[in-house]
Amino acid sequence: MQIGILYSRIRKDEKLLLGELRERGHEVEKIDVRKERFGLESTTANVDDLDLVVDRCLSTSRSLYATRFLDSYGVPVVNTPETGDVCADKAKNSLALAQADIPTPATEVAFTKEAAMEAIEAFGYPCVLKPVVGSWGRLMAKIDSRNAAEAILEHKETLGHYEHKVFYVQEFVDKPGRDIRALAVDGEPVAAMTRSSDHWLTNAAKGGETKSFDLDEAALDLVERASEAVGGGLLGVDLMEVGGTGSGEYTVHEVNHTVEFKALDAASDVDVPAKVVDWLETKAADAADRENGEEVTA
Amino acid sequence: MTSDTDPVLAEDPITGEEIELPADVEVGEIIDSPVTGTELEVISLDPVVLEEAPELEEDWGE
Repeated sequence: MQIGILYSRIRKDEKLLLGELRERGHEVEKIDVRKERFGLESTTANVDDLDLVVDRCLSTSRSLYATRFLDSYGVPVVNTPETGDVCADKAKNSLALAQADIPTPATEVAFTKEAAMEAIEAFGYPCVLKPVVGSWGRLMAKIDSRNAAEAILEHKETLGHYEHKVFYVQEFVDKPGRDIRALAVDGEPVAAMTRSSDHWLTNAAKGGETKSFDLDEAALDLVERASEAVGGGLLGVDLMEVGGTGSGEYTVHEVNHTVEFKALDAASDVDVPAKVVDWLETKAADAADRENGEEVTA
Repeated sequence: MTSDTDPVLAEDPITGEEIELPADVEVGEIIDSPVTGTELEVISLDPVVLEEAPELEEDWGE
């Protein structure tokens, strides 16, 4: 099959994916989104003969627009722009999880520092302030006091891009020094790992130590439902254990749509790129079936 | 003649020194310069051209 990869930077994750695709004999069209133009009816990108395009854009804004345009031309793309739209924004992400009755940390959004201060005081200390768009644990603030809250809010309101004036305030979940990342394809887990750190941020990008993790029934159910809640796809579902290690009770704090998997591939016995490409082959075949079906009924 | 396992040679765009890239290097890949530690982007492979990589932007991530 012919697979397009949308990218602007080839990370280790993309190299793993490219290696697996080529090893299986698939033709790969690398599409550097920085070099292309996207019109209302067509694009300069070479997408006409592609069976499937995989969005691996590092930049969230490019990811959202490029997938939206490709989708409008009828090019099959994963993840879909709808999934990207929900996952890229923490507020939309939280809403989707809550609407699907998935346990997720209590969250409030406020648009002025005064209203944000009220939300913070209502949660009590510590609580957490996050940018609605962002990743790798950047610009996340654990707020321990009113003084800290006032300073952070003033900085965000004065110095920030308009998105920083959407104050996303969340309860602080006292997790047991680790959280859990599950990689899933349309709700079916590929592999999972814990990310541990003495710091309250345990992201692998922040240096959290990773270790393979076996999802129990409750976690499997949440991963499946969280995936469905955001529209499915190749996703990174992040969970925290509530009530201590091995409690079997979880809260899902977010779902990521351009998920990195190099750390998981290293931590797990599972051949993660192989599983991802298995899924891509299925998605490409499904897209071809749909196209053939449409031609028959047209 | 080169093989798939031969390292690729390139000029560091900052220092002008010759540096070695992995044999399986990809266009778009980011390489840490062994000379300065600067992140370099592989712009092309034939000929091999490196440029200083773009700075991290706020919406980058997963």
